[in-house]
Amino acid sequence: MLKTIAIRIALGFLTLWAVSILIFGATEILPGDVASAVLGQGATPETLAVFRHELGLDRPAYVRYLEWFFNALHGDLGIAMTNKRVIVETIAPRLSNTLFLAGYAALIAVPTSVVFGVAAAINEGKFVDRFVNIVSLMTISVPEFFIAYVLILYLAVQFEIFPSLSTVFPEMDFSEKIFIAALPAFTLTMLVMAHMLRMTRTSVLSIMSQPYVEMAFLKGLTRAQVIIRHALPNAAAPIISVIALNLAYLIVGVVVIEVVFVYPGIGQFMVDGVSKRDLPVVQACGLIFAGAFVGLNTVADVLAIMVNPRLRHPL
Amino acid sequence: MKLFGYKPPLTAWLGLAIIGIFIFVAIFADVIAPYGEAESVGQTWDDPSFANWLGTDNIGRDLLSRLIYGARMTIGVALVTTILSFFIGITTGFTAAVGGPVIDQFLSRLVDVMLSIPLLIFALIILSVFGSSITTLVLTLAILDSTRVFRLARAVATNLAVMEYVEAARLRGEGLWWIMRREILPNALPPMISEFGLRFCFNFLFVASLSFLGLGIQPPFADWGGMVRDNGKAISFGIPAPLWPALAIAIMTVGVNLVVDWILSINSRPSGASAEM
Amino acid sequence: MIATNKTILKLTDLRVEALSGTVLVDNVSLELKRGEVVGLIGESGAGKSTIGLASMVYARAGCRITGGKVEIDGEDIRLLDADGRRDRRGQRIAYIAQSAAASFNPAHRLMDQVIEMPVSHGLMTISEAKAWALELFRALDLPNPDTFGDRYPHQVSGGQLQRAMAAMAMSCRPDILVLDEPTTALDVTTQIEVLTLLKKLIRDYNMAALYITHDLAVVAQVSDRIMVLRHGKMVELGETAQILQAPKMDYTRALVAERKAADKLAVVSASNQAQPVIEAHNVVGIYGTFTAVKDVSISVARGETVAVVGESGSGKSSLARLIVGLLPRRAGEVKLHGEMLSADLKGRTRDELRKVQLIYQQPDVALNPRQTVGEIIGRPIEFYFNRSPENVKARVNKLLRLVGLPEDYAGRLSTALSGGQKQRVCIARALAAEPDVIICDEPTSALDQLVAEDILKLLKSLQDNLGVGYLFITHDLGIVRRIAHRTAVMLKGEIIAQGPTAKIFSPPFHPYTEQLLSSVPEMRTDWLDDVLAKRVLKSA
Repeated sequence: MLKTIAIRIALGFLTLWAVSILIFGATEILPGDVASAVLGQGATPETLAVFRHELGLDRPAYVRYLEWFFNALHGDLGIAMTNKRVIVETIAPRLSNTLFLAGYAALIAVPTSVVFGVAAAINEGKFVDRFVNIVSLMTISVPEFFIAYVLILYLAVQFEIFPSLSTVFPEMDFSEKIFIAALPAFTLTMLVMAHMLRMTRTSVLSIMSQPYVEMAFLKGLTRAQVIIRHALPNAAAPIISVIALNLAYLIVGVVVIEVVFVYPGIGQFMVDGVSKRDLPVVQACGLIFAGAFVGLNTVADVLAIMVNPRLRHPL
Repeated sequence: MKLFGYKPPLTAWLGLAIIGIFIFVAIFADVIAPYGEAESVGQTWDDPSFANWLGTDNIGRDLLSRLIYGARMTIGVALVTTILSFFIGITTGFTAAVGGPVIDQFLSRLVDVMLSIPLLIFALIILSVFGSSITTLVLTLAILDSTRVFRLARAVATNLAVMEYVEAARLRGEGLWWIMRREILPNALPPMISEFGLRFCFNFLFVASLSFLGLGIQPPFADWGGMVRDNGKAISFGIPAPLWPALAIAIMTVGVNLVVDWILSINSRPSGASAEM
Repeated sequence: MIATNKTILKLTDLRVEALSGTVLVDNVSLELKRGEVVGLIGESGAGKSTIGLASMVYARAGCRITGGKVEIDGEDIRLLDADGRRDRRGQRIAYIAQSAAASFNPAHRLMDQVIEMPVSHGLMTISEAKAWALELFRALDLPNPDTFGDRYPHQVSGGQLQRAMAAMAMSCRPDILVLDEPTTALDVTTQIEVLTLLKKLIRDYNMAALYITHDLAVVAQVSDRIMVLRHGKMVELGETAQILQAPKMDYTRALVAERKAADKLAVVSASNQAQPVIEAHNVVGIYGTFTAVKDVSISVARGETVAVVGESGSGKSSLARLIVGLLPRRAGEVKLHGEMLSADLKGRTRDELRKVQLIYQQPDVALNPRQTVGEIIGRPIEFYFNRSPENVKARVNKLLRLVGLPEDYAGRLSTALSGGQKQRVCIARALAAEPDVIICDEPTSALDQLVAEDILKLLKSLQDNLGVGYLFITHDLGIVRRIAHRTAVMLKGEIIAQGPTAKIFSPPFHPYTEQLLSSVPEMRTDWLDDVLAKRVLKSA
């Protein structure tokens, strides 16, 4: 089993490396180059050449890739094109803000949705199931900013419970941060909860149709015993991957939510970078997001390997 | 009443009605809309009135008219993207499934890597390079989304390719193209249809999100995501202007999801959980 | 046998319906006395499993019990509440399923699953239950009984798992056992062991049992009475000997006659060994690192049937796939009319492909569900002979008549057909190519007995009329004896005996052939005891 895990982790790193090539490559496919894109049509050949040299664009792509990649490995993500600031310094506090927000949402969303998902599966076709199903379908269908604005309209504007803008500062203490970030966290929670709940329900249901579950019923066990002893241990692996997938989804959801609530996270920074076409910033943020995504998937797969009885107890 | 030999439940009819109405509105926007797409008819965020049923937007345009024109843009872009994505995804997916291990490995690994970057992040990177015109938007989204379609199409086709009737065709000496078209495609269609609905919803929300971020469909075209962005600040004054386009997006997606749920339920059977105790 | 003669299980007018309204079990009544075994027999869809589950007041998803009484010791357990019914399950009446591999939870050790029932019903403490389980493991001849329970289901073989399931069913010392095809998924040689142990178990603990199976010969070994079912209705109920020797109803008579035919060696005129159509010489086939076919030589002439027989995993299907070019051949040669055939499918000409056709085991997946019967049969004609559409249509109609299907079936989708009809379409598709040899890969094993019989007759008459040769892959010795001119016995990828069928099936046997032969249940009630007696004698 250790070997399987090691292989999976190695694969994670390999993927990350491939991802870095893809991210770098995606910014290189432009006909012409970044310099002409940034300076626009009014630029003279001389200013272009100067700007290119300044950005190092006069060197071949693979050299720049290797340099970027190895610098990134050392934690150096380069310098922003627009304001010439060191990207890492800007990103570090924002990254911790984003992680705070994502963690906040995940801590609420994961336990709630797993519990409700299992409950819905157990009561398939009954009221609880139908109710949960319809509510989650509605939530899935709604764009994230809709939930955000409805929450703002009621909880911030009409009842003034929470602030509508969630600008956190490093000086704030923890409880204050929790309060300020409540609305974006709730929005994110609702967003991933619906997905996670539906997928948990589906994976538990697929276990419930296995012959060994029928056998457990025929042994005269109670419904609760059948589910806890026979269905859930086998549902662990699919539920883990459901959680991982949705945490990854949460990472993406963060981008829009941060913009709505003006939350100073890395998502907002990236959107800003995109609209200013600040490529080093976009590359850096992209690498961080993709890294988190790959990391989550790897962890999920490793956990799934660890709970698989066939791999835990080979012949 | 029956549809394709099945009796849709009430929810599916509701979904079909929503889709029908929205598409009708999108096609006949010119006729239905009371005012022009970019016509200024009032002050910033006027209250709803007899002249402007939903009030006006941040620069005094009729919200209802914008909403109607927005249907055309938002639904149109999502639909074209999804169709293109399916064309690319199904072609590559089927090729991977029946074209031998080398092609399969190459395409599958490429897609694996592309899938390890979140879609929105990938789209943002590409849009930062190309800028957002409608063509780049559609192409970028279609190519990125086709990786998901590829996965499903390949899985479906791989399952079908080991079926003995496909083997029988290979034993007969049939060509690859014939096998894909006559033996695999007709059997792959049912799962692909519900997937089309889901991918459409996804792309639809995705285009709306990008526009909301200011990176999707650009002014002066009306589109729902962009309208939410333009009117976002109104919410702080308790004016529901951004909620209308957001609601329109929500209703459309709910409608498609209701139909997809019905299509999916046709083939699924009750599980052991509903067995008599 | 202790004759207490007290009725322990009584089903009265039992009725089970699907939610769609189809009646699955139609007013079946049955009495089971202590110490008695009743066999429920019937083809697929006869409702025998549904009755077995209904006697525990359990209905699968999509079905419900709509009428009748289920009495255990005079108490109608259908009237009990959920807790009461649950209490009877496992404790009074226990279930043994067909597939042990699927019925054991992969996440738990065997011991935990075996003792779960008595412990959760509050009958025994954990240590008592374990001690009893060990006793059962020993009684069931499981290897290393003391540590057997520490294993996980995927770590033991199918036959052992089936025995572990018997131990699980016995864990509460129930009064009644419901055995649902407990040996069907096993190879014949394993089946005999499990069958013997089950019989001993039922006898030793003086239990009542419902034994569900589709094989008359199997049920004859264990049951006192037999109930024959068809389409959810009872056809006949009688003493085992009476059912086997003097069946009253036509349907039972047909079943018995068909099953008996399998025991006899049919007079198959040895074909005049003409020039072989297809021949394989010293072929080797490899899946990954596993050598599925080792140095095998075999040939088929025109009008000849050559059977390849063996248990699952013996490499018989791999041999078929190797000959048609689906499994790459690593060594040896395959010739068609004396001409070398390419090892790979792609290297063969259209005409070479045409002359060798294949019929599959599962007609359900061998036919494209989205094509009509006419399209399926017409395509090879179009593809190989380039006929005009009217010509193809006429030929399709002729082929349909030839395989005994009405012409108007050409317009139907294959999904609208029954299993036997689908197999006829597969045969017509093979014949459409006008082949010289047809490779039949277990063409009847997915079909019900009587349907299978018709298909065999059809194949035989087609051979007589068209002179086509068959390479017939099967695990069923009964079929081999009836239709094959020559037979090859395969074991672990090798042919261990080959020759005229009559010679293979008469002494002196190869030891494995003998074991195979003696493991096929015969249509008499004392067969199992006879075999065991002989084996004991031999080992003594």
